Amino acid sequence: MEKILEVKDLHVTFSTYGGTVKAVRGVNFHLNKGETLAIVGESGCGKSVTSNAIMRLIPDPPGKISKGEIIFRGKDLTKLSEKKMRGLRGVDISMIFQDPMTALNPTLTIGTQLKEGLQQHRKISSDAAEVKAIEMMDLVGIPSPKERLKQYPHQFSGGMRQRIVIAMALICEPELLIADEPTTALDVTIQAQILELFEKIQEVTGVSIILITHDLGVVAKIADRIVVMYAGKIIEVGTKREVFYQPEHPYTKGLLNSVPRLDLQGEKLTPIDGTPPDLFSPPAGCPFTARCPFAMEVCDKVYPTGTTLSETHQVDCWLQDDRAKRLLATTAATTAEK
Amino acid sequence: MLRYILKRLLIMIVTIWIIVTLTFVLMISIPGSPFNSERGTNENVQANLEAHYNLDKPYHIQYLLYLKSIATFDFGPSIKQPGQTVNDLLGRGFPVSLELGLVTIIVAVISGIILGILAALKHNGILDYAAMSFAVLGISIPNFVLATLLIQELAVNWQIFPPATWSSPAHMVLPVIALATGPMAIIARLTRSTMLEVLTQDYIKMARAKGLSPWKIVVKHALRNALMPVITIMGTLLASILTGTFVIEKIFAIPGMGKYFVESINQRDYPVIMGTTVFYSTFLIFMLFLVDIAYGILDPRIKINKKGGE
Repeated sequence: MEKILEVKDLHVTFSTYGGTVKAVRGVNFHLNKGETLAIVGESGCGKSVTSNAIMRLIPDPPGKISKGEIIFRGKDLTKLSEKKMRGLRGVDISMIFQDPMTALNPTLTIGTQLKEGLQQHRKISSDAAEVKAIEMMDLVGIPSPKERLKQYPHQFSGGMRQRIVIAMALICEPELLIADEPTTALDVTIQAQILELFEKIQEVTGVSIILITHDLGVVAKIADRIVVMYAGKIIEVGTKREVFYQPEHPYTKGLLNSVPRLDLQGEKLTPIDGTPPDLFSPPAGCPFTARCPFAMEVCDKVYPTGTTLSETHQVDCWLQDDRAKRLLATTAATTAEK
Repeated sequence: MLRYILKRLLIMIVTIWIIVTLTFVLMISIPGSPFNSERGTNENVQANLEAHYNLDKPYHIQYLLYLKSIATFDFGPSIKQPGQTVNDLLGRGFPVSLELGLVTIIVAVISGIILGILAALKHNGILDYAAMSFAVLGISIPNFVLATLLIQELAVNWQIFPPATWSSPAHMVLPVIALATGPMAIIARLTRSTMLEVLTQDYIKMARAKGLSPWKIVVKHALRNALMPVITIMGTLLASILTGTFVIEKIFAIPGMGKYFVESINQRDYPVIMGTTVFYSTFLIFMLFLVDIAYGILDPRIKINKKGGE
């Protein structure tokens, strides 16, 4: 499969008065053409920072991509000039933001905002841009698009605004769409509609999608592969099936256990105790050690080397290391003998 | 819209009536009359004069006569400036005052907004600190102090600009600087703070994600939203520029309305007091009305034709 995007050893830091926050600490992942990759993790784990780094939208200062490569179609985005990057944004890589209520400028008409991306990047007349805008509004399911073009954002509901934002992101036919929590601010019925819209759009345009979310329900619905992030690191990667049915990292397991399930009525949810580590001075070992029920001595000292479980499934956990497995097997055997 | 304008007009008339009434009460409660002089006036002469200007009539009749003169926009002759009607004075003074006021507003708004934007874009940079220090100075120094300093330095010591009167564009420079600095500083600070707030909004990030150039983002997306609070304080600023002109016109010997306004009060020139007050207040109220209309144009969420509105 063709890789459209490859992120290699990405580090992002933020300089503040209190010190340097290491928000993303050596992230590696790739995205295949036409697939949907979900990045999941709790608040502050670096998932949005990673996506903003791909768009090079991290406010600098205080933020900085301190190390690593982001390879998009053979070019390293971290080395591009701001001007070249501008030519890429909205054309090849687009982004959708969390809150549709604030992502649209309240003082400009929907039509103006839809068209401006197109007019910026393609030499196109206003009329032609309008035709394209109407086409896009049709695609995202907005009734009577022609009339609605002249309206302002406040005349649209939350779900409709998110559709507009999606249309806006797709109008230049990008190859990669980064959706940063696109359904978080919407109510559940609208969420389902928007997720269906994503599936439909992918079918029609073949766009590759990176979906940032903390909502595992969303992931289960539309993702092909899942990246699990914790404290600025990717701790587990796998296909949707692998991560949901054979999670190997204790954090992934904990995450899945803390989601309410309809088939387990009456049972209490199991939250993960504790809080993520302070990213001003992240631990040398596995950042999950303090919260991990299976933590071993080594976990606190050394970050686990990645273990490949299948062609698509990798996990960063000492428990999956061969040596740990052998050791656990022998201790189990000796306790059995006694 | 028409309904709204009619409603506003009605409120304007009521407001002006209240101003007129208050002015009348204040006017008659100041001791003295136009005919008081150091040498004293012959009693018969004074009685005749008072009869001529209707000052011998009871106050309620005088009040009604004033109301009538306002309704017909004919304020009658000035008492102290023989041979001139109040309308003459207004017709001569107002264009000068308007010119001074307009140039001041244009200078204050444009330079204030530019300064504010630059400060916001270079947030915490040298330019930001320089612009804001300048703004704090501008707010702190009263315009009459600034005017005197300007005359001393630029007109007397350096002789770059004429120190007083009103005849050429060069004459405008000093009074306009003196009058515009305060409002400009206020606008600059306000623009900077709202601009900083607007620049962190999601729609600005969205605009960047669309690949728009920074310049386009500022002009098309940020400025419009950042200007809303500036429009809000325009009303107050207009009032302060208006009252500022009284002092500045006096300092620079500019033959505007402010001069007549102040003199008329000193000399108890009743028709002129009434005329200038009504004229000033009508003008100010009308400008405030324009400011309200401008809201609706800048922000589509404000619909003025809806009853109650959003």
